[in-house]
Amino acid sequence: MSDEEDDIILSELDDDELVEQMFDDLYDGMKDEIVEGVNILLERGWQPYDILTKALVGGMTVVGNDFRDGILFVPEVLLAANAMKGGMGILKPLLAETGAPTIGKMVIGTVKGDIHDIGKNLVAMMMEGAGFEVIDLGINNPVENYIDKAAAEKADIIGMSALLTTTMPYMKVVIDTMKEQGIRDDYVVLVGGAPLNEEFGKAIGADAYCRDAAVAVETAKSLMARRHNQAGMA
Amino acid sequence: MVPEAERLLVIACGALAREIIAIRDASGLSHIDLTCLPAILHNHPDRITGAVEDAVQKHKGSHARIFVAYADCGTGGQLRTACDRLGVEMIDGPHCYAFYEGLTQFAERDDATSFYLTDFLVRQFDAFVWKPLGLDRHPELRDMYFGNYRSLVYQAQTDDPELDVRARICADRLGLRYERRLTGYGDLGAALRDWVRD
Ligand code: B12
Repeated sequence: MSDEEDDIILSELDDDELVEQMFDDLYDGMKDEIVEGVNILLERGWQPYDILTKALVGGMTVVGNDFRDGILFVPEVLLAANAMKGGMGILKPLLAETGAPTIGKMVIGTVKGDIHDIGKNLVAMMMEGAGFEVIDLGINNPVENYIDKAAAEKADIIGMSALLTTTMPYMKVVIDTMKEQGIRDDYVVLVGGAPLNEEFGKAIGADAYCRDAAVAVETAKSLMARRHNQAGMA
Repeated sequence: MVPEAERLLVIACGALAREIIAIRDASGLSHIDLTCLPAILHNHPDRITGAVEDAVQKHKGSHARIFVAYADCGTGGQLRTACDRLGVEMIDGPHCYAFYEGLTQFAERDDATSFYLTDFLVRQFDAFVWKPLGLDRHPELRDMYFGNYRSLVYQAQTDDPELDVRARICADRLGLRYERRLTGYGDLGAALRDWVRD
């Protein structure tokens, strides 16, 4: 099988075949091939935004689903994310130039005491891919990082990630602090990480718990739409 | 021989098997049986609660009391909820690294940048750390996993110079500073003995 794949010359494929091949290359974490595929589509006159959503986000959604279903494990996800990052690196400056649509702004980070960041990075990337502007706070974030950055950037969404039972409760600290400062309702608060669940999200007063990056994107989109509608009515 | 109906059962994570047998034998608790679930379940914490529940159901009839030798292990409180419902005890705390060190001490240290190994993980480093993380096939991923860590802390359950040497090699392979703490069995021994006494 791999012999055959070695022979594939990306530039000889038509658009549909190439996008399909990029799905496979993303799945296999082949960064160089993804970069090449992105460049070919650009040469063929594709809009950066279309390449991002149709080839990269589309392919990464397959990876995300197979991770959720236990078919892929962490290293495969990490490799795929890395390959996607390679493609995004080319597209991002172009997206900025072409004024691609921005749905909203998100500040995201892993909470204090926790330095797991693979899931958080993936969410950040898929949110960007879906047209959000993302400010990544990195790992081990105390409450003021979220609040100060969200205010400075006039963000719409605050996203918090935690992978440890011991750090999950810190999300409530952040939300309670927002309440004390009277700014809780200025933001949509999304939380995620493997040990969390829906019930926990509700209990700490988040707007939503999202089990994976795809759900995060859908939830963020629909909550943003609801905010716009409410703002329209007010 | 203690009749079956009076025997006690520990359902444990495979990563604790050797340690529980050592504690049992040193504490004269020969009426405890041990059954283990695969330690690799830890890579899929969403499967731990179900697996433990099944095991409890399976052995409920044959033993007077059952103890679940798991901490929360990333189940986000779900294992605790299940154990409460089934009327069995489990170990307090988030994970084995915390109870080996002692829950209070571990919490006080509040050390986010150390990666922990136990006797079990030093012995099984390749099978439980290196390979599942794909580092055998993709060593270039190492710093994406461990770039934010500073030290590898080997929590030694037993004072074994050979494991010390091997743990040091693990630290080198991960590119981390090495530290060894002789923890012994920490809170695990007390948890077992308290449960037996109840
Ligand atoms: C990979 C991993 C690591 C890597 C982390 C590398 C890195 N750079 O992040 C390494 C090996 C370094 C590591 C270290 C440790 N880990 Co770890 N780790 C994992 C593992 C296997 C996978 C996590 C992961 O990256 N998944 C892949 C991503 C894609 O999935 P995800 O994180 O769940 O994210 C998705 C969703 O949750 C969601 N999401 C996530 N964040 C957010 C945020 C928002 C806003 C939204 C909307 C959605 C969202 O979307 C993401 C994408 O789909 C988990 C077990 C598991 N299967 O979850 C244990 C796990 C989290 N680790 C655990 C432990 C114990 C540790 C250590 C203490 C182990 C040790 N030996 O020292 C250390 C931490 C040390 C410390 N000082 O605290 C435990 C936690 C147990 C507990 N009670 O909390 C787990 C559950 C394993 C277990 N069962 O024991 N770990």
